[in-house]
Amino acid sequence: MFKQICLGILAVGAIGAAGFGVYAYKPAISPVTAADHASFPPEQVEQGRVLVGAGYCATCHTAKGGEPYAGNYAMETGFGTIYATNLTPDMETGIGAYSKDAFRRAMHEGVARDGSHLFPAFPYDHFTKMSDDDIDAIYAFIMSEVKPVRTTQKENELPFPLNVRFLQAGWKMLFVDFGEYETDPDKSAEWNRGAYLAEGVTHCGACHTPRNALGAEDADQKFAGAEIDRWQAPALTAANASAVPWNAAEFREYLVKGSTKYHGIAAGPMGPVVHAGVRELPDSDLTAISIYLADQVGADDSDPADSQIVQASLERNAPDRRYRQAEGERLYTTACAACHYNSQQINAGRPDLGINSSVNQNDPSNLIQVILYGVNSHQGTEGVVMPGFRDALSDDQITSIAAYLRADRAEQAPWEGLRGSVTELRARGPGTH
Amino acid sequence: MVNLKINGREVSVDADPATPLLWAIRDEIGLTGTKFGCGIGMCGACTVHVGGQATRSCITMLGDVEGTEITTIEGLDADDNHPVQEAWRNLRVPQCGYCQSGQIMQAAALLTDIPDPSDDDIDAVMTGNLCRCMTYPRIRSAVREAASANRGQTQNG
Repeated sequence: MFKQICLGILAVGAIGAAGFGVYAYKPAISPVTAADHASFPPEQVEQGRVLVGAGYCATCHTAKGGEPYAGNYAMETGFGTIYATNLTPDMETGIGAYSKDAFRRAMHEGVARDGSHLFPAFPYDHFTKMSDDDIDAIYAFIMSEVKPVRTTQKENELPFPLNVRFLQAGWKMLFVDFGEYETDPDKSAEWNRGAYLAEGVTHCGACHTPRNALGAEDADQKFAGAEIDRWQAPALTAANASAVPWNAAEFREYLVKGSTKYHGIAAGPMGPVVHAGVRELPDSDLTAISIYLADQVGADDSDPADSQIVQASLERNAPDRRYRQAEGERLYTTACAACHYNSQQINAGRPDLGINSSVNQNDPSNLIQVILYGVNSHQGTEGVVMPGFRDALSDDQITSIAAYLRADRAEQAPWEGLRGSVTELRARGPGTH
Repeated sequence: MVNLKINGREVSVDADPATPLLWAIRDEIGLTGTKFGCGIGMCGACTVHVGGQATRSCITMLGDVEGTEITTIEGLDADDNHPVQEAWRNLRVPQCGYCQSGQIMQAAALLTDIPDPSDDDIDAVMTGNLCRCMTYPRIRSAVREAASANRGQTQNG
């Protein structure tokens, strides 16, 4: 009995292993030669150029300082370093030997031309949603526009058994939902177009969706935000922390310009996504992506300019009114304190205005006269002068200085009609004294 | 005709008494170390000493300084070695330099009245001298250094 059970388990195991082998096995696809790369229609090449931008392929397939698309970009995956492959049409070290079907399979299934499984650092879990037409356009662009570059591929730095490509099939079985994008009939055509692009070629979730312990996007936390290269890819949901919700207009402006009026800028890993870039997409596609993403956030179309949040923030940003109230003290500091200073004791020729009679008496005329017309060398201390400020300070400014001295330095009750006195004494002129 | 003494020299200036002292110093007398800044006595670039007191020359009328003794940056020390000037050089205070003759004249007056100023004293007195290059931290350090040098001279003497 025990033997039978053991045999049974072995048999099930063997069948399972055989089944996995069948699932995991992918045949090589015959190589093509450069001559097989027929010329492509210019419209198709242009479509491919835009899509290669939208997928910002060059960002991960170009090493720092290296030739475009020639690979060897080091991607820190958290499991080890994976070096991006050479996407140029070089026959031996690039993808020049890929037929159109081999390229489709790579994009849709994450399988190299020789049948080996690609690591999911390559976001085929998103590209699987792309149409054959779009993938063929990318193929046309790479084969006809990208310069072939011969490279030496760097070895990935992954520990066993993660480095066993065959086992990647198990990861795919567990985590990848293969198949092209399926239209949601309850949503608009624009929404669906946006979803097709955002879930497919622009692979937003690759950074904005948290990954599980095995490095797969957690479908239950779609767009919940995640860390990427020690930057935070913010949530693209209602949980986004921005004070002003990201609506479609904001997303659109961001994807076109790399910044918006009400949100941050495309920096860090997001920089090349926009600038290298998603913005190559036609207007209608950018609008579609924006509509789709705004729906994920749940933002309405209202203009942030009218929002309470923006208004309140602007109010907090306005200059503090108390700053204006201290105008007299500030003017005193710049206009008067350069001479009217004392430290531990009062110095000759440095009148301390807090105890000065002109500030303490019930009529402000003397103080105003001196501020307006100054003191010449034959008045006061012989040979010392004070400039008059009649051409430098307005009536309001002289009033505020005088009021400051009266209240804060002499600690006396305010002068009635102070400003009127300033105006009147200015109008009278310096007189003959 | 306004008579005054500038940097120890008797001069007579034939100009409208309402002429700003600064114009007389620069254009009539020809001493251009004193600078024009704001023209309303708010920045301190034009500071000279009148009767030993730091005075904003841009808003001081020529007619008001009849008979006074005026010192400009050129006359602060015969060899340009006033302790404040030495401290300024040692600490490389100026950046663009435009405000610095006014800063030096203000600092020299400060140290006459308050030989051992605290940082608060320095800030209170020097705040009216603006520096667009933001050399304020070095200005404050140099005033402190000049104060120390002055005390050293007194002790040594």
